[in-house]
Amino acid sequence: MNDADQGRPRQPRRREVLAGVAAGGVALLLPPVARAAENVGAANAAIYPTKAFAQKSEAAALQALFGKTPVPSAKVTMDAPDIAENGAVVPVAVDSSLPDVTMVALLAEDNPFTLACAYKIPPGTSPAISSRLKLAKTTKVVAVTESGGKLYSTDKQIKVTLGGCG
Amino acid sequence: MKFAYVVLALMTMMSGALAANQPDPAADLKAFQGYFQHRFPKVPLSAYVDGPYTFSESERAQWKQIMEFPPYQFALDSGKTLFEAKFPNGKDYASCFPNGGIGIAQDYPKFDPKTGQVVTLGSAINQCRVANGLDTLKLTKGDMADLLAYMTYTSRGKPIDVVVPDDPRALAAYQAGKEYFYSRRGQLNFSCSSCHVQEAGKHLRGNVLAPALGMTASFPIYRSKWGDMGTLVRRFIGCDKKVKSAPDKPDSATYRDLAYFLTYMSNGLPIAGPGARP
Amino acid sequence: MAHQILVRAQTAGGSTTVEALVKHPMDSGFVKDAAGKLIPPHYIEVIEFTHNGKVVLTGFWGPAVSQNPFIKFAFKGGKSGDAIGVSWVDNKGETANTTAKIM
Repeated sequence: MNDADQGRPRQPRRREVLAGVAAGGVALLLPPVARAAENVGAANAAIYPTKAFAQKSEAAALQALFGKTPVPSAKVTMDAPDIAENGAVVPVAVDSSLPDVTMVALLAEDNPFTLACAYKIPPGTSPAISSRLKLAKTTKVVAVTESGGKLYSTDKQIKVTLGGCG
Repeated sequence: MKFAYVVLALMTMMSGALAANQPDPAADLKAFQGYFQHRFPKVPLSAYVDGPYTFSESERAQWKQIMEFPPYQFALDSGKTLFEAKFPNGKDYASCFPNGGIGIAQDYPKFDPKTGQVVTLGSAINQCRVANGLDTLKLTKGDMADLLAYMTYTSRGKPIDVVVPDDPRALAAYQAGKEYFYSRRGQLNFSCSSCHVQEAGKHLRGNVLAPALGMTASFPIYRSKWGDMGTLVRRFIGCDKKVKSAPDKPDSATYRDLAYFLTYMSNGLPIAGPGARP
Repeated sequence: MAHQILVRAQTAGGSTTVEALVKHPMDSGFVKDAAGKLIPPHYIEVIEFTHNGKVVLTGFWGPAVSQNPFIKFAFKGGKSGDAIGVSWVDNKGETANTTAKIM
């Protein structure tokens, strides 16, 4: 996350995240509704990278999210179709052979907002994540992985065609 | 050769109607399935239930990923709950169906000799509701799609077994469905068969056209475009609108007869629904 | 029941694979309804997965994540019967959560 945006140093924000998370852990024992409110709900305002999600270019989104730029790396891989069957549901799987991955992000260059999603990877969790994205049109999709404080990326052009079947 | 065969197949299918005006469903079935087998000799009959994914590797790969956790799972869960719930009078859906409604979807649509009408599984569910003092459900989506998803799921793998009895009313309904299927309509002047027989497996812009053979086996479907479940009749309405033809009412005899013909053409293929489509 | 979360977690070879399907419209704010009016944005912002209470993944989602989102990931450890918690909060402040057991 970019701390400059919020005018705060990086470390305290991390702790804030962890605090939110710890609260969540305890809250597991509470009734469902209360737990949800205390868990993600309370931590959310503090940790959701609102500004990064509002950016309209890859560079600006990455700057807002990480405060740095990635270098292309073959150690980041992305499994996605060449031609999306349906732009509303495009399966995209990312993986990385880099050590100690702390964050994974997916960006779609030609979407209205570039950043699609980001995942915080704690130690012990694999950097391999599959999900499904909406792509507004044919676009370059970029997968970014943060490892050892540096950013690495790979990208792929995914063609989005219009369906014919109403 | 291929063309000659197609013409022959189509003629065989039409001949009954043209010559003696006596529908011959069994002969139609043979010609219909034969047409696809001849055109795609490497595709086994049972594979047709995968619809558009029978033909395109790339689309198939994306579908497989989506099927890892199929989006119709919510509908299945809700359908099971709805199905097992008791009506206010203490009865339930199971009381209306043979075998308690489990594993029977492959037998629908059915001809009802009492009314002389074709009954789809959806209309049978509504008949059950009315018989128990409840309102009918909308036949296109929502609770109906969820109920159908669950009931169809309990029939998975069972061969479709639609019967057209030797009753002039049943044969007339079958024939009406067949005529609807092959008749061009709408401003675009397409028939169902234009896209789903002649052009099956080809692209219509970004979509692969599903073959008519096996088509009904995967319904109801979660369609990504809808972001929602829909029944076969919802798809009929969508196709009619797409060719710019005024759609019929969901419970119209027209659509029930069409479902009767179309499902009969897939006799012997396994039930695969609920399904997921783009 | 409006906000369902389906979770499947399986352990094999010292690693647990978690798959989740979340019922949510994930409206982007760019799509019009039948009447031609823009459907306001409504999407999950944060989703969190825990294993026996410890966070194993935090996802930040924007409107470009598909409707009824699916996610699959894996973490080291986990054994049959352990609790996998999932919770989310969306941009309207709605929340949902569920707990599943590792198979």
